[in-house]
Amino acid sequence: MKHQVLSVLFALLLLPLNAPAAMRVFSCEPEWASLVTELAGDHAEVFTATTAQQDPHYIQARPSLIAQMRRADLVVCTGAELETGWLPVLMARGGNPGVKPGTDGYFEAANFVPMLGVPQRLDRAEGDIHARGNPHIQLDPHNIERIAPALAERLAKLDPGNAADYRQRLEDFNQRWQSALQRWDTLAEPLRRMPIVVHHDSWTYLNHWLGLNQIGTLEPKPGVPPSSSHLAELRETLKITPARAVIRAPFEEARASEWLSKQAGPVMLELPYTVGGNAQATDLFGLFDSSIALLQEAQP
Amino acid sequence: MNPGVKACITLLPLSLPVCVHASMDDELANIRQQMETLQKQYETRLKELETRLEQAEALARQNQSELSGASTAAPIAAAESPAAAMPVTQDLSNAFNPALSVVLQGSVNSYSQNPDNYALPGFQLGEEGGLAAEGLTLDETEVTASASVDPYFYGQTTISFADQANDGTEVSIEEAFVDPLILPAGLGMRFGKFYSNFGYLNRFHSHAWDFHDAPLAYSAFLNRQYGDTGLRLDWVAPTDTYLLIGGETFAGNSFPAGSSSQVLGDVQSLFAKVGGDVGASNAWQAGLSGLWVNANDRQTDVPGDTSDTFNGDSSLLVGDFVWKWAPNGNATQRNFKFQSEYFYRDESGDMAVENDGNNGLMDYHGKQRGWYMQGVYQFMAHWRAGLRYDRLSADNHLKVTSLGGFADNQSIINASGLDNDGYHPQRWTMMLDWSPSEFSRLRLQYDHDESLINQTDNEWSLQYIMSLGAHGAHEF
Repeated sequence: MKHQVLSVLFALLLLPLNAPAAMRVFSCEPEWASLVTELAGDHAEVFTATTAQQDPHYIQARPSLIAQMRRADLVVCTGAELETGWLPVLMARGGNPGVKPGTDGYFEAANFVPMLGVPQRLDRAEGDIHARGNPHIQLDPHNIERIAPALAERLAKLDPGNAADYRQRLEDFNQRWQSALQRWDTLAEPLRRMPIVVHHDSWTYLNHWLGLNQIGTLEPKPGVPPSSSHLAELRETLKITPARAVIRAPFEEARASEWLSKQAGPVMLELPYTVGGNAQATDLFGLFDSSIALLQEAQP
Repeated sequence: MNPGVKACITLLPLSLPVCVHASMDDELANIRQQMETLQKQYETRLKELETRLEQAEALARQNQSELSGASTAAPIAAAESPAAAMPVTQDLSNAFNPALSVVLQGSVNSYSQNPDNYALPGFQLGEEGGLAAEGLTLDETEVTASASVDPYFYGQTTISFADQANDGTEVSIEEAFVDPLILPAGLGMRFGKFYSNFGYLNRFHSHAWDFHDAPLAYSAFLNRQYGDTGLRLDWVAPTDTYLLIGGETFAGNSFPAGSSSQVLGDVQSLFAKVGGDVGASNAWQAGLSGLWVNANDRQTDVPGDTSDTFNGDSSLLVGDFVWKWAPNGNATQRNFKFQSEYFYRDESGDMAVENDGNNGLMDYHGKQRGWYMQGVYQFMAHWRAGLRYDRLSADNHLKVTSLGGFADNQSIINASGLDNDGYHPQRWTMMLDWSPSEFSRLRLQYDHDESLINQTDNEWSLQYIMSLGAHGAHEF
């Protein structure tokens, strides 16, 4: 028995490992998968670990993810502790030293943007807080603009043969992004100071960019589910300072939003949150097109 | 100076000469128009000031984030010139300290039968194989420290403190291992003291279990959980379907071994695991493992002051299967986990039975089976309910070779605890737990325990598990 298993083990070890033509990219979240696709095109085969229907804080370190981590040439994640509950397991089990933090094979997007919402006090009594700041950085298109060149450089470094192509694609992406930014800024001008309530503090960067006025959160503390007493307090606040919309991500339950909407009037709004969050958000451009369009509907 | 302000000042004197030559009506209309222009300019100016204020606020926030970390001017550089963005290191000054976490556990347990008489007929239990202490008890308090040692190694240790009621505190090293960080091509290695990767549940610390107690098969075959000092090698295949194969060698200083007697260890294991997804909502893993033990003076206690010593070979095969479901893979609200393991053990050797100064000896050959299956359903955020069924069966062949003071063959066999009279222990367990956050859990559990013949035990426990400190990542 022992010898049979051993011989199978060795037979598997001797299997030819064919080198893939394209760089294998493991993306923790869909927004970075979309950015890699913009910058690398056919040079990269992108795997996305999570979808817009999943809360990136809480992901199971599934066997399929370990298998993908094993073969990745580049891992692109948000960082800032967003994936702290599952990425370390994939790293430890994947047996792939080329993508460990600190190597060129690991790209952490949060390293390239100024962080908002850095807590003054680190205590779990404050809920699910992140020492480095709010990690939902993808919702400000200026952050995408900051991350893209760093990511393109990293792709070029890992795949020097196609370096010129990555830089060319970056230039092309930047041009399209700049014109989109102008379009969004114009469209979003009337949204400035729009009063909103959010489910979880996932929209800090969107608020910062569009100048939305966040009046409150449905969660009493980050990661703590909406309680009836907190919602009642929020209703009283909205009587004095009415909000236009109550915003949630596709993976957040609608119940608390529904209650507040009925009680205090703000329109229920499910924004895409990331690429794939609704039918329009098929890529990064669609993500912001759709987010602004939905906000406009709520602000007549 | 702002262009808006300039326009304001220059327009005012210009308007005055116009006033002198115009008629009254024209003049009024003119003034009205100018007032409107001024108002518009004023609004624009206000808006500009507002924007500038926001920008200043954002900058202040950036500076704050910069101060809270150990970084220099990098965040501002990143904000101002995206093309020249530099990685920002925001590590705290104590970042070289190991990540520390503490798990506090305690429970209150009630049994309808006397827990001192607990046994599993047909099986010899190690020290940990019995029930938790009755009444208010402090379960293990675990302290875990982990960190990268250097670019080449990662180290982790878990020290457990068990409160022994009137008997002081027992400190034990649950795990203390090192993982090399630079092995290529899916290879993994671990050395030191650690839980075997054999089976499914074995490698998890008890605070991560879905029930307060171990499955009966784990109590019977592994003295609750098998960990020992040794070496592991494993390999993840470069395939889309997860495939892990590996093996371990252990000194053999704990149950089901006795005391180490060979340089390369008395316990060897081999394991293979496969796993994957079915759509976005389902994930599974299946495993097959074997544990081969050379038992050297393995001592076990049987209720009634008997102690057994086993010398011989023991081989244990386990098949395990886990299925997890969550709608669209979003487990925060609802999810379901099914888990089952099947154990088969074949043991043969010499069994010495000691009771009241008598020392009997038997030839022992046993074929034993055990399995459990369980389902845990999170029916709403933070609330889970679970159901588990356990069953054991033993087919032991015993031949007395020396009476050693015992009255007759049957009294040795009875004292050894290996005779089950054809009885198969079984148990039903239900639990309900509430986890206000991912760091705390309270659990109520009921066991309908038919381990003993004609002595059904109704077991209740209320348990708490609290995790402090470093955020441990969860394995599948």
